[in-house]
Amino acid sequence: MSRVIMYNGFERFWHWSLSVLILILLVTGFNIHGTYQIFTFEQAVDIHIICSWLLMGLLVFVIFWHMTTGEWKQYIPSSTNKLIAMMKYYAIDIFMGGGHPHHKTRQSKLNPMQRLAYLFLHVAITPVVWISGLLYLYYPYWDSFGLAGLSLGTIAMIHTAAAFAVIAFLIVHLYLALTTSKEPLGYLKAMIHGYENE
Amino acid sequence: MFFYQSKNSARVPGILCTLLFAACSNGYANVEEIAAISSTADHSKFEILQKQFATGPDVTKACLSCHTEASTQLHKTKHWNWTFTNPDTGQEVGKKSIINNYCLAINKNYARCTSCHIGYGWKDKNFNFTSQENVDCLVCHDSTDTYKKFPTAAGHPNYKDKAFPKGSKKIWKAPDLSLIAQSVGKSRRENCGACHFYGGGGDGVKHGDLDSSMTNPDKQLDVHMGVDGLNFTCSECHTSDGHDVKGSRYNITAKDTHGIDIPGRDDNSRASCESCHGMTPHPETINNKINDHTDKVACVTCHIPTYARGGVATKMWWDWSTAGKKDSDGKLIKKKNKNGQLTYHTKKGSFEWGENLLPEYDWLSGNIRYKQLNEKIDPNRVVALNTFSGSYDDPDARIWPFKIMRGKQPYDKGNNTLTLLHLFGKEKTAYWKSYNWNNAIKAAMDEAQANYSGEYGFIETTLHWPLAHMVAPKEQSLSCGECHSKEGRLANLTDFYLPGRDNNKWLDIIGWLAVLGTLGGVSLHGVIRFFFSRKKIAKKRSNQ
Repeated sequence: MSRVIMYNGFERFWHWSLSVLILILLVTGFNIHGTYQIFTFEQAVDIHIICSWLLMGLLVFVIFWHMTTGEWKQYIPSSTNKLIAMMKYYAIDIFMGGGHPHHKTRQSKLNPMQRLAYLFLHVAITPVVWISGLLYLYYPYWDSFGLAGLSLGTIAMIHTAAAFAVIAFLIVHLYLALTTSKEPLGYLKAMIHGYENE
Repeated sequence: MFFYQSKNSARVPGILCTLLFAACSNGYANVEEIAAISSTADHSKFEILQKQFATGPDVTKACLSCHTEASTQLHKTKHWNWTFTNPDTGQEVGKKSIINNYCLAINKNYARCTSCHIGYGWKDKNFNFTSQENVDCLVCHDSTDTYKKFPTAAGHPNYKDKAFPKGSKKIWKAPDLSLIAQSVGKSRRENCGACHFYGGGGDGVKHGDLDSSMTNPDKQLDVHMGVDGLNFTCSECHTSDGHDVKGSRYNITAKDTHGIDIPGRDDNSRASCESCHGMTPHPETINNKINDHTDKVACVTCHIPTYARGGVATKMWWDWSTAGKKDSDGKLIKKKNKNGQLTYHTKKGSFEWGENLLPEYDWLSGNIRYKQLNEKIDPNRVVALNTFSGSYDDPDARIWPFKIMRGKQPYDKGNNTLTLLHLFGKEKTAYWKSYNWNNAIKAAMDEAQANYSGEYGFIETTLHWPLAHMVAPKEQSLSCGECHSKEGRLANLTDFYLPGRDNNKWLDIIGWLAVLGTLGGVSLHGVIRFFFSRKKIAKKRSNQ
């Protein structure tokens, strides 16, 4: 076991920028949705639009980083056996104090369930958020995109549904990230200073 | 100012001193008056005007000796004919034929109604619309504020001092026609306002966005006309060509996609906001949503936060069915509320008034139609005296603000049609003489050669007035949340998805259940882990 930089500087930067932006987008998004009125509608829309562009800009860099460093391979699903072992761990062994079936290394940071969960986030939830969000933002121009048949209500519904999925994802993510490390808040600390035992 | 005063006061001392004194005393540079003075023609120098005039038509004859085409130009206009064929609907509209829920219509009431006609002598249906001398130049071009058409003289001013109302102590002085003719100028707000601010029989009664407070508004009341700001006259937007004034609500342009009008190239009509501001008038920022609204929301919807806000109330309800009551001595009853507004009059029935009112909103694309006298109505429903097209799916429609005038008025119970009403005049059939509904309705219907069954009832009606004046400074325009909220201003327009107001109930229920379920799931997972870890620790201890 050796202490290595598990998360390099850019990785930590995008993780925390992303988390702040997602939180702001969720808060302002449900404000726009009419769930509550922390901000005025105008403020909520202003913040939501600015943060969405920041997030899209950030994602361009993040995708570039994933592609050029090969980090995207972290999301390739593992074998079914490994996945079943991981599910068994979360369902049974974690209570009994059984060993974690995945050994986290710099090369393989994500356990088999994380691989699937993040892959789902990247290829399903995120594109739905962005496509529905951009359509929502540019609804007056649907005619010129040849999308006159769309209904704003439907697009808004899809965007909101994706937001609910993001909240659910966030809850599980926070639970696992904050409570399952060996030393208390170990994963959180690793994401702050970057170091973790391999 | 001193330059003008010293140079001109020698010529027409009376008027100009008055004008300049007025201009100075209210503290505003009075652009119209300066403009009138800066004209290349000084009408006081025209010999033909340097005489006493017996009547209005005599003045017009003098005007026509130079302005040879003026009357024939005016003969083609709505201002003269009070009739207009809507090119979209083919319908004949205009004051000559439409029925409203104020005094209903002009038939048999000509001499009273035509005190706002730009002519002289339209006292019955035989008025000669080809007469050149009967065009009233002065009502639109007087710059002295002393020319007034007498309320009951079919468009003539009074030529002798006279009381109005008859027998009262309010004396209307006969205007000095010679002085007025020698000082004519461009139409000012006072000229247009003399009729358009007082429509429906009193200040602010009809429109709600046009009343005497618009004569010298501050820019809080009207950002364009404010005397402390841009100081626009009516004709700054309501441009005219050959005396034909643009911008009529009979065929309103709900969306002017023509954009900014450039002189020489465009249609010479500035009677829409877009004529000057275009379709993307707001500064472009990262949140360009306000400019994105112009396809579906009229400018005035956000920029007229409330109407009738200049201190003059507008009439909101007129119930004719209560008219005709007299007190025990057989005298007319007049009731006023604590604001001094008339709430009941034997001659007219019951009224309600309003100030600082929230507009009502609806989709408008055009196809404005007025209920015709021969059209059937459904007496079990509120009758819309005017209707128009528009919906979310209509690409030409935008959300517009309206004053909706409501009231009860007589209708023909036998034929299920609207009726006219003879109100004014010396004849016995006039309602204001003998208070007999049947006779009053029949007389007016006969005059219009319309069929009347002889049986009348009262029916509730609405009349939509699109609002376009009293545009507030941008700081006072609506905030987004005025509409994008659960109980916002557009709560009644439900044919589209409005963010902040609308949601899919089931999606929200399922979504929040999913969130709660996830929270519950991880909590349960955590509690079980906690429980087992305690057990393990206890076991370890017991083993030690």
